[in-house]
Amino acid sequence: MYLNRLIAGAASLLALTVSAGAQTTLTIGTVNNSDMIRMQGLTDEFTKAHPDITVNWVTLEENVLRQRVTTDIATNGGQFDIMTIGTYEVPIWSKQGWLAPLDNLGQAYDVDDILPPIRNALSTDGQLFAAPFYAESVMTLYRTDLLEKAGLTMPEKPTWTFISEAAEKMTDKDAGVYGICLRGKPGWGENMAFLGNMAREFGANYFDASWQPQFESDGWKQAVTLYVDLMTKYGPPGAASNGFNENLSLFGQGKCGMWMDATVAASFVTDPKQSQVPDKVGFAPAPCGIDNCPNEGANWLWAWSLAIPQSSQKKEAAQTFIAWATSKDYLDLVASKEGWANVPPGTRTSLYENPEYTKAAPFAEATLAAINKADPSAGENKPYVGLQFAAIPEFQGLGTAVGQVMAAALSGQQSVDQALAAAQAQATREMTRAGYIK
Amino acid sequence: MARGISPTRKIGMTVLAWAVGFLIFFPILWTVLTSFKTELDAIAIPPKFLVFDWTTENYAAIQEQRNYFSFLMNSIYLSLGSTALGLLIAIPAAWAMAFSPTKRTKDVLLWMLSTKMMPAVGALVPITILFRNFGLLDSRIGLIVILCLINLPIIVWMLYTYFKEIPGEILEAARMDGASLVKEITQVLTPMALPGIASTILLNVILAWNEAFWTLLLTTTNAAPLSAFIASFSSPQGNFYAKLSAASTLAIAPILIIGWFSQKQLVRGLTFGAVK
Repeated sequence: MYLNRLIAGAASLLALTVSAGAQTTLTIGTVNNSDMIRMQGLTDEFTKAHPDITVNWVTLEENVLRQRVTTDIATNGGQFDIMTIGTYEVPIWSKQGWLAPLDNLGQAYDVDDILPPIRNALSTDGQLFAAPFYAESVMTLYRTDLLEKAGLTMPEKPTWTFISEAAEKMTDKDAGVYGICLRGKPGWGENMAFLGNMAREFGANYFDASWQPQFESDGWKQAVTLYVDLMTKYGPPGAASNGFNENLSLFGQGKCGMWMDATVAASFVTDPKQSQVPDKVGFAPAPCGIDNCPNEGANWLWAWSLAIPQSSQKKEAAQTFIAWATSKDYLDLVASKEGWANVPPGTRTSLYENPEYTKAAPFAEATLAAINKADPSAGENKPYVGLQFAAIPEFQGLGTAVGQVMAAALSGQQSVDQALAAAQAQATREMTRAGYIK
Repeated sequence: MARGISPTRKIGMTVLAWAVGFLIFFPILWTVLTSFKTELDAIAIPPKFLVFDWTTENYAAIQEQRNYFSFLMNSIYLSLGSTALGLLIAIPAAWAMAFSPTKRTKDVLLWMLSTKMMPAVGALVPITILFRNFGLLDSRIGLIVILCLINLPIIVWMLYTYFKEIPGEILEAARMDGASLVKEITQVLTPMALPGIASTILLNVILAWNEAFWTLLLTTTNAAPLSAFIASFSSPQGNFYAKLSAASTLAIAPILIIGWFSQKQLVRGLTFGAVK
């Protein structure tokens, strides 16, 4: 009996001591990309400066993460204190009241240094709800050696007409070189991200001012017809199953002449460890399909960002971590440990004013130009926020369904007209069901 | 059996059996091979089969990023725990249905199986809310209960089939000799059905080990098993096949080894009746 009491007493004493030096444990849900892995490796630097906070990382596959955090937020589960989300989720979730505002990032944080398009995309009614970790727009990546061999020079502002001509001349199927590689794998964040952007380059949106889907408009017809035509003639075989990663491998193996995709691809294809053509890559703006096309072709804006769900019980500590992870000092820290080329791109003006960075990253200028041109805000003929996606909850399902139809057109199972009619019908049905169209 | 089969046919059959076996085994072999390639070799076209620069850098990178053993321990706890809990419920249930059936027994069995037909995502939100209210999110005990419930219909069905093959008269004789109900189940029925119970255990351990819906959605760090470990190596931007293969190899290795050593019991349990 006596021993029992002694143990109980000792245990409660221990509990008291532990709670006196209370540790806050932050659980962070994230995706597995090189910048995030790097951040996990540098967490010690944060905990050294904040010994009262410990950090738990939960890394998941992108779609699992989305499902996981959506469930957590919708059921108020409180499993995460910080989560990694994109520019698609932020406007929707902040309007639902699911995210805590980031209003206490500290003086040194310098919110105004965040590139304006990114800051706007992550704010609702002027209030920041997520802090960007890295950001991207769209650009043309091309093989300088192949273009030269074809006797062409990349114009300052390429058009789709030029791209078509270049794709034809660069293609050498016997040597396994394809003039153009584009996304074909179905999914709202895969082929639809590219096609939504390409349709904008021909002046077309997903919906008009009264939320009518626009898949049968002239812009979409021109864009998809050209896309299927180019990919059939000059694209790699089996393109309907190629997403970002597959094209990244193809380009890295020297099998693509040109590739229009996320600006973040530039840092991979110029890295000798991941690419066989690191010093033969040029960067140009995304092409336009019409004169004065919207955003000069840069119709893509994405930022992997850190946000705090309202269900978190540790908002203050979470904000401290976010302020650290997306600060200028963090960029310096990465540069000092891993070199400037490995700094997460696309978020801060000061980074692009840093000569050390622009020297180490040959794609810096093109990336900055693209991001600064990409304006995702809603407008007169575009009732939604977003460029390569529409920031409404229905878009995930709708975009993926339409993406499947587009992949069918690319693989030749359907004609372009059939595919666009099917996309229009599906989108109209979904939008009517959701109450956008009466 | 072997009588009347010509040697050529025998050789042919052997070759065919090996070919089919190799075909089934090939994806696992490819995963293991890929885990020793660099990321560039992993995506090379044409694919490289055996001639590439063998490297263990993926395993080193994985171990540096995550603690494999905490995931492994969770997998072991979850698969053994859920199987033990399942047997505790399923043995009496299967006993009742096999030896004192009512006219509704068949319906009950079918109803139990029908719960497997609903897509799991349909129960996601209610279960998450229940778990949140009971404080079971990211806890091993919560997942053990869930995994047990998922596999329970299969355990009951398997045990029911094995028990059915044991003549009721043997149990009756035991009862005549004065055995109590507990003794009847533990000392007469269980030893006779042991091969069946063993293969049920093995199958359920494998099913629980491989479960990748609830284990991903109800855990964060404390209870996350190897399925979460694998999922964490898939990347939205950047090459990841070699590291993912290394993670998969590490995750399937224990269960593959257990399966290898117990395949005799497994095959016997699945193909033979309980009292043959």
